[in-house]
Amino acid sequence: MPIQQANWSPYDNNGGTCVAIAGADYCVIAADTRMSTGYNILTRDYSKIIQLADKSVMASSGFQADVRALQKVLEARHLVYQHQHNKQMSCPAMAQLLSNTLYYKRFFPYYSFNVLGGLDSEGKGCVFTYDAVGSYERVGYSSQGSGSTLIMPFLDNQLKSPSPLLLPAKDAVTPLSESEAADLVKTCFASATERDIYTGDKLEILVLNAEGIRREYMELRKD
Amino acid sequence: MFRNQYDTDVTTWSPAGRLFQVEYAMEAVKQGSAAIGLRSKTHVVLASVNKANSELSSHQKKIFKVDDHIGVAIAGLTADGRVLSRYMRSECINYSYSYESKLPVGRLVVQLADKAQVCTQRSWKRPYGVGLLVGGLDESGAHLYYNCPSGNYFEYQAFAMGSRSQAAKTYMERKFETFTESSRENLIKDALFALRETLQGEKLTSSICTVAVVGVDESFHILDKETVQALINEFEIAGEEAPANEAAPQDQGGDAQAGAADQGPTDQGVAPMDI
Repeated sequence: MPIQQANWSPYDNNGGTCVAIAGADYCVIAADTRMSTGYNILTRDYSKIIQLADKSVMASSGFQADVRALQKVLEARHLVYQHQHNKQMSCPAMAQLLSNTLYYKRFFPYYSFNVLGGLDSEGKGCVFTYDAVGSYERVGYSSQGSGSTLIMPFLDNQLKSPSPLLLPAKDAVTPLSESEAADLVKTCFASATERDIYTGDKLEILVLNAEGIRREYMELRKD
Repeated sequence: MFRNQYDTDVTTWSPAGRLFQVEYAMEAVKQGSAAIGLRSKTHVVLASVNKANSELSSHQKKIFKVDDHIGVAIAGLTADGRVLSRYMRSECINYSYSYESKLPVGRLVVQLADKAQVCTQRSWKRPYGVGLLVGGLDESGAHLYYNCPSGNYFEYQAFAMGSRSQAAKTYMERKFETFTESSRENLIKDALFALRETLQGEKLTSSICTVAVVGVDESFHILDKETVQALINEFEIAGEEAPANEAAPQDQGGDAQAGAADQGPTDQGVAPMDI
């Protein structure tokens, strides 16, 4: 009898892509709504985005069971924070909490690739990007998930600030308006959908600003 | 109650079958400042009198949000109350995490009662010295429970605890039949009236009381001072006027109303205990 190997994995990859872009006084967080396994589609209508606090929204791709477990832990921890401090968690505070929560399971990680978006304590847009074990960084924009390799270079091209070494000195990235940023996100997903089989069906966009939160949907290719 | 040879330990029975330490713990509840609760079919109102140690100090916090659908008012050792509130919050969070639904109020009070009972049967512990009025909503409707240091709990339509609470109870005993169908505003009004009864002539203002509401479409929240003062003014219960259905004698005893911005009608309400 040929030698048998164990082939059960606790993880699965449900695919999907997430993007977040920070503006001067707003933040755009978006993710597609397709959930897959292998070459099959499980559902075309699953949200990968969750609002954790007034000014913090998280989008996660990867293994959705782990994503959901992570979301529940963060929700519970936020309640504890509110009871203790009598206020909502700020986005930077939530960012640190997410990092610590991920690292807590350093030796059996959440298979979850996250972007956290929101407004910082000064009302400016902020985006934090993570790996599966909690390494994180505040950035102006980020993408995670199966389509991130297609989207990230495009965002770099459109949004990245020119090098400070450049002569003549160029201004930092031209700040986009809220609607321009949302359009950019739509463009990103339309393109990623063309070539990434795990991205498509529908795009969910959340725009967070001083007035509150706005949700938008856009149809994507379903093939 | 007087000192006796059976009251040193919580684990010592008296010959009459009493646990004096537990009863002394219930005395501590009576010493605290008043807190009351009322319930209708759709809402629960909790209200408390805020006592401050001196003019220079802040008021004690006696009403706590436990979850969106549950709140608690305490009387007695507020430190014990804080600790128990933390326990209740933790239980609600854990239940929501496991079952993704709200912890039914009845379950929470049983857990609380069992926790209190433990302290009546361990020689190295003492009973919690705090009474809790737990008000909340769940699938089976609005509920108000009273948990006492003995580990007993009962459900109530309305209840009052703390010093001079008997006055509030007397008022509520007269009116409780109207509570079930009461509107939210009337329920709050009755709560304020009942609270006023415990003040024994002292003027009711929003600075000395706290009011909290939870309802079918309303998360538990504490009403802010402006709202409470507006309600007090609206219902003219600053101590000037007797409640509508009471035939209060016209007592012209000295009343410190001069110069108050929210003067009600000039006849004065008398607290029932003064009659």
